[in-house]
Amino acid sequence: MAQVSLRRLVKKYEGDVQAVKGIDLEIADHEFVVLVGPSGCGKSTTLRMIAGLEDITDGEIAIGGVVVNDIPPRDRDIAMVFQNYALYPHMTVFENMAFGLTLRRFPKDEIRRRVDNAARILDIGELLDRKPKALSGGQRQRVAMGRAIVRDPKVFLFDEPLSNLDAKLRVQMRTEIKKVHQTVKTTTVYVTHDQVEAMTLADRVVVMNNGIIEQVGPPQELYHNPTTKFVAGFIGSPAMNFIPARLENGAGALRLHLPEGIVLPVPPERTKRYAPHAGQEVLFGLRPEHLTEEKPTDKANIATFQVRPEVIEPMGMETLVHFWLQGTEVSARLDPAVPAEVGRPLTLAADMNRMHLIDPRTERVL
Amino acid sequence: MADGNTITARGIPAAIAPPRAGTLQRLARRRSTLAFLMTLPLLAVIGGLVVYPFFYAIELSMLNKRMTRFVGLDNYVFLLGRETFQLVIFQSVLFAVSAVIAKALIGFVLAHVLHTLPARGQRKWRGMLLVPWVIPPAISTLAWWWLFDPSYSAFNWLLAGIGAAPVPWLGDPGWARFAVILVNTWYGAPFFMIMYLAALKSVPDQLYEAAAIDGASAWQKLRYVTLPMMRNIISITVLFSLIVTFANFDIVRVLTNGGPQDRTHLFGTYAFQVGIQSGDIPLGAAVSLFMFPLLAIFAIFILRGVSRRTKEGL
Amino acid sequence: MSGASMATGAPAAPAYRKVGSLRRERRWALIGAYAALAVFVVFFLLPPFHMLITSLKSSAEIADLSGNPWTVSRPTLENYWALLTHGSYPIHFRNSVIVTLCTVAITMLISIPAAFALARMRFWGSTVLATGVFLTYLVPETLLFIPLFQIIGGMGLYNNMWAMVLIYPTLTVPFCTWIMIGYFGSIPKELDEAALIDGANHFQMLWKIFIPVALPGILAATIFAFTVSWAQFLYPMAFLVSSDQMVLTTGIVSDLIRGDTFQWGMIMAGALLAALPPLLVYAFLMDYYIAGLTAGATKG
Repeated sequence: MAQVSLRRLVKKYEGDVQAVKGIDLEIADHEFVVLVGPSGCGKSTTLRMIAGLEDITDGEIAIGGVVVNDIPPRDRDIAMVFQNYALYPHMTVFENMAFGLTLRRFPKDEIRRRVDNAARILDIGELLDRKPKALSGGQRQRVAMGRAIVRDPKVFLFDEPLSNLDAKLRVQMRTEIKKVHQTVKTTTVYVTHDQVEAMTLADRVVVMNNGIIEQVGPPQELYHNPTTKFVAGFIGSPAMNFIPARLENGAGALRLHLPEGIVLPVPPERTKRYAPHAGQEVLFGLRPEHLTEEKPTDKANIATFQVRPEVIEPMGMETLVHFWLQGTEVSARLDPAVPAEVGRPLTLAADMNRMHLIDPRTERVL
Repeated sequence: MADGNTITARGIPAAIAPPRAGTLQRLARRRSTLAFLMTLPLLAVIGGLVVYPFFYAIELSMLNKRMTRFVGLDNYVFLLGRETFQLVIFQSVLFAVSAVIAKALIGFVLAHVLHTLPARGQRKWRGMLLVPWVIPPAISTLAWWWLFDPSYSAFNWLLAGIGAAPVPWLGDPGWARFAVILVNTWYGAPFFMIMYLAALKSVPDQLYEAAAIDGASAWQKLRYVTLPMMRNIISITVLFSLIVTFANFDIVRVLTNGGPQDRTHLFGTYAFQVGIQSGDIPLGAAVSLFMFPLLAIFAIFILRGVSRRTKEGL
Repeated sequence: MSGASMATGAPAAPAYRKVGSLRRERRWALIGAYAALAVFVVFFLLPPFHMLITSLKSSAEIADLSGNPWTVSRPTLENYWALLTHGSYPIHFRNSVIVTLCTVAITMLISIPAAFALARMRFWGSTVLATGVFLTYLVPETLLFIPLFQIIGGMGLYNNMWAMVLIYPTLTVPFCTWIMIGYFGSIPKELDEAALIDGANHFQMLWKIFIPVALPGILAATIFAFTVSWAQFLYPMAFLVSSDQMVLTTGIVSDLIRGDTFQWGMIMAGALLAALPPLLVYAFLMDYYIAGLTAGATKG
């Protein structure tokens, strides 16, 4: 078990394409860290550099305090789970899991013990004599994890391990991975493009975009206090609404002037924070779950306004209502009991306690 | 995403050279040396037994018969002026073109017919139809030779049965040419069949279903779906077969040995007769080398077709 | 499909008018297909069949012009017996086996590591080499047999069957390497990476992962090498002259034709036995045989 440190890590490909642009990250022992971001953001490259499958152009990677830049993958004491599982098709499940230990010349009974133990953790004891071809997607996934567990490495690396599974199985395996981590407590770096996976699994989430880290933090912090527009839009589903607005100072109280004459008051406790930006064009960020129907229990700082819904999507436990404010699509999440109809005016309540303001030029949250 | 990058990174060390040459770089260099060592036997075979003999052939073809004097292009000029050799050129082209057309047509028809069969029966028929390709041609041509025997020909026996006159299969130039082409077609058509069948199987069924719904007739399906999808493999197979047929040796050698009156000689058999049997090595080498330009052109087109296939990922 | 069910269900649904019959059309198409196949199967199997019939006849029956050449009245195995007990046919057979086995072994030893290196460990000039390998495969033997004749002579290997073991790889190695590059290339890259992380070096990766995973491809390449070596005719024709060095393809004719006497029964028996090994390989490993055949254009 060990901590992992990335210092000013850079990866340049042929033709001067920078995939990773100097990132710093400290991963503590036993921690479960998820790298998340859109495809091409550099998350996989970062993981592959930690594994030793990609050369490091510049910067340093240390595992357990030892700089591993020049150490080949087999000597880094890491294990990796691949997206397509990468099980050896000609070996049985047992042989697949034992391969790394066999190459390292572990004694036979030790291999047996470790494989049996991993098989017990993953509940694949009956599959040990089968070939990968005879396994289902979820079972293959378990074997791939078993192969990592038997090695008892310093670090687990997961490269989008669930993206080849169907939706239902994905949720199930997500729980499984979390359970395994709670059992073996090995430091884990996990790469995914799915923010739900990131939020549910991680101790800390690292949001990456364009080869840099946008924000690092526990899932709740990323959700409630994103620091950039990218993170605000990437975390949460459906995504946060961004509405162009103007921040005006009127008689000591700040107001947001939205398109189509909608004016929303800014909560007084935020006045000090936003006052320097009065008079500026900003982006008003509000999650759909904070834009709902009017409720009798509403507390302070709830602002209401009328809209005409244009698309209505009943989801069962909620109803999504979409409307346009001068070309900007806005979504709201309503209780399914609310009678919403396309074209009929609807009063919505915005929870201004959960509002965000973003500088449209720097795309940073104010 | 990162596919192949560990590899290309080494190819351009100057562009992305890190500040120091670490262990990974040294490992990479060692890997490259190892890779070179692993291909060394292959290089030895290609270099020593293909490339070197080729240039040696050029050198040989410019010597006199006793290989004591350099004569430049005299052998080539001499050959071109010789009537027998002009016949050889004509016959090689005639042989290759007509045999390849016949093989391609028969192969195409058979592949289509096989493709319409239910999958279970297909295997059995395909198994029988590929037999001519499996028997070594030098061996199977012996059977043909016996079938064409002047006094015991089993074909002529059948012809006599319907009251027709016996055919001088290998005795008359015209019939001998026909016989040689026939045997080559018999031997090579199964290869075309199997290639086309593989190509046919790779055309997705949805395309035919879509075409059927769009109102295409069977002929239109063939014309607008099958042929365009198979164009590449057809051209590769035809070009490949042109090379092999053009450079054929076994069938003519066993069946007619070039006769009667040199009317069935091909480059290969003629080179053998001149170079090995008559002992004029330089002249034989020149005969062989006459094939080279045509073969090179065919080879380049095949390479283009194959690399296009690879790119399209078919 | 719907047409077929419509045709059978027609009486029950009088409201619909039945137009045409897809089922009948399909049946006629199938009958036509079987007829065409039958014609070609007869054409394709006629020579081997006639070979078999002749090989079962006594010399007297063959020489009898009044007999039917397509049937045998008194089948006998005397041709086979004579072939296997007298003369040098067993020696030719043995030589063919030795030359072919050695060629196959050498081919695999050369092409598997080379294909692995070319498919996975790219190095300076490796793409050019891969293309070169393919072009070499297209070089026919009639182009180079004369300089090779000189080279073999210069090495003192003229009329020595081991010269065949030296030269045959030029015909087998390029194609085998080429299709092995294709087979190795189709192995997902993650498999190497998993092996790398599991601690395998390059030899272990080749031996424990690539060769077992690509075994069908290796089998296809082996079959190809076998059939090419077994069938080769020009090189033994040019380089081997004495009976004790000859292989089957050249030996049958040279031994069984004495002046003008053709021992057709024995020639056909010998030819049939010589065709047997490739036919058996084909019969039992048909799928691999065909995979190797079509791989040239569909892989790589």
